[in-house]
Amino acid sequence: MSILSIKNLHAEVDGKEILKGIDLEIGAGEIHAIMGPNGSGKSTLSYTLAGREGYTVTKGEVVYQGKNLLEMLPEERAQAGVFLAFQYPVEIPGVPTVTFLKQAMNSVRKARGEKQLDAFEFKKLMDARLKELNIVNDMVRRALNTGFSGGEKKRMEVLQMALLEPTLAILDETDSGLDIDALKTVADGVNALRAADRSMLVITHYQRLLDYIVPDHVHVLFEGRIVRSGDKSLALELEEKGYTDITGAAA
Amino acid sequence: MTTSNDNGLLADHTALAAGLPGAGAGWIDALRADGAKRFAGLGLPTRKVEEWKYTDLSALARSRFAPCCGAAPAHAKPEIPAPLVKDGPQAVFVNGRFDPELSSLGGAPEGITALPLAEAIAQMPKLLESYMGRVAELGRKSLVALNTAWLADGFVLHLAKDVRLTRPLELVFWGDSGSDGERSAWHPRHLIVLDPGASATLLERHIGRTGGHFANSVTEIAAATGASLRHYRLQDEPGDAVHIATTEVALSAGASYESFVLSKGAVLARNQIAVTLQGEGASASVNGAYMGRGSQITDTTTLIDHAAPGCTSSQTYKGVLDDRSRGVFQGRIVVRKDAQKSDGHQSNKAILLSDRAEIDAKPELEIYADDVKCSHGATAGELDDNALFYLRARGIPEHEARGLLIDAFIDGAIGTITHETVRDAFRDHAEAWRQEGGT
Repeated sequence: MSILSIKNLHAEVDGKEILKGIDLEIGAGEIHAIMGPNGSGKSTLSYTLAGREGYTVTKGEVVYQGKNLLEMLPEERAQAGVFLAFQYPVEIPGVPTVTFLKQAMNSVRKARGEKQLDAFEFKKLMDARLKELNIVNDMVRRALNTGFSGGEKKRMEVLQMALLEPTLAILDETDSGLDIDALKTVADGVNALRAADRSMLVITHYQRLLDYIVPDHVHVLFEGRIVRSGDKSLALELEEKGYTDITGAAA
Repeated sequence: MTTSNDNGLLADHTALAAGLPGAGAGWIDALRADGAKRFAGLGLPTRKVEEWKYTDLSALARSRFAPCCGAAPAHAKPEIPAPLVKDGPQAVFVNGRFDPELSSLGGAPEGITALPLAEAIAQMPKLLESYMGRVAELGRKSLVALNTAWLADGFVLHLAKDVRLTRPLELVFWGDSGSDGERSAWHPRHLIVLDPGASATLLERHIGRTGGHFANSVTEIAAATGASLRHYRLQDEPGDAVHIATTEVALSAGASYESFVLSKGAVLARNQIAVTLQGEGASASVNGAYMGRGSQITDTTTLIDHAAPGCTSSQTYKGVLDDRSRGVFQGRIVVRKDAQKSDGHQSNKAILLSDRAEIDAKPELEIYADDVKCSHGATAGELDDNALFYLRARGIPEHEARGLLIDAFIDGAIGTITHETVRDAFRDHAEAWRQEGGT
């Protein structure tokens, strides 16, 4: 069953067309990787799916679980189970991480018709997730992402994903700025969240992330279009030959 | 430079002053007469006066005022909040007049004198004579002059050497007087004197109902060697009131003053605070948060005068302005020639929630010493789009996300309040303001 269906998606930023006709089908529980060089439109695709202002869809459609995703507000998309793990999580001084997590969680639960969690219930749940993800530190007691290291920020994204239990997780360059140890930790967290009812779209420039988060399908994005699709061996081929060969062949 | 005085602010001064508390005592007669004379010459400040360039009192000047001074009884039963700290001392003023029935001062412990001004004039004239009008030099300040012309009611707090007042002393000002035809004005005058090593916490709440009153208060504070005062003010006046509060602080060696003003009420509010660091090692922490919507104007004008070596001062102000409201921040730091090793910092940050909101900021550093650390910074902007999107991308509805960001922003100032109960209460008041606006 298709969770996400993207058809002929065109989008522009500041009047410049970045996505020039994307087609992509993601089924339940599948992991798709989108690889591409800088400027190919990877981040534009993730922000467009998350509903960021300034990313204007000019053509095409995106259907998520039978609904028109493009008509939904960013918060409605999140409530419906679309989760974007940011490439650069935003530092928000003055907002305590725990307050934020609880408010996000209860907003999503409210939209799904589930009971609101009180402070005690929430803490119990959060502590359980922290333990599962092996996050043993004081991150949640600090202001949201403020002064966090690159690795801490990415782990915070994974924690949020674990709490919000999305149906579709979009991981935007989750490997950027991470050393290999941090990368492994984050990938372990993501892998722990793999489930039959959870699809993932992993966006990355480098193949190495896909050593740890192994995809079912790999797509190559170039100049706003998907120019090749294949299984995980495509990622290895890219690693070997570089983007020029692949995109050159496609062009 | 002057506006006409036919608005009644000084009407019948000679006759009415003769009936004020302490009339007949030479010093107080002279003080009032001098205030009246100066105000008659100056009138309310116009925008041609440099310090009033951004805040226009012409509507106030054109009003008609009832004869002084706010003796009108309350139209409605005053709603006086319970003391912030349970069973704490509370002095209540209704329409500018001390109300003994509503006040609960209890018996003051030894070494503490806490009295309404009228009683203090009778009981401790020497203390008053030696401080009043000395700290707040009349100079060209017409509003202080007007206040002095009518000084009759207010509060006096005197702490003897090393005495500590642990619970906050609360002053509640409830106003609802006036009508369309005539407005009421009152001019509370407070004197706080801390002897060496004494410490106290003072909390003021300015509240009431509509009536278009004009509250023009003056507070004089003198802290002797090593004394410390925490001074918190919640300005939540009704939406048609004009609130002008002048505070003059003189700090001796090692004395400290912490001030926080949360300004969210009144159609026009101005808090002007002048602190003179007179003795070596004195410190001042002068902070606040201001919020405006509709066509409110909220003005903060500070002067921190480093007059002795080794003193520190810091100022942290945050403002949130919506609709067509306007904020004014004028912050001046002076470091005199002999005030080496001075450390003075000032920051004013404002968030504009609407295209039509405005902030006028004028920071000024005047430094005559060469070995000092001073800084100032002023920013104005909108809520951070990146932060807003991040919160919404986690399922938090836009208005809640904006609320989180506004609270976090304001908290950067409220966090300077060292008294925990007051800090929590002010945080609640700031949040309530935000929620009233539907954010």
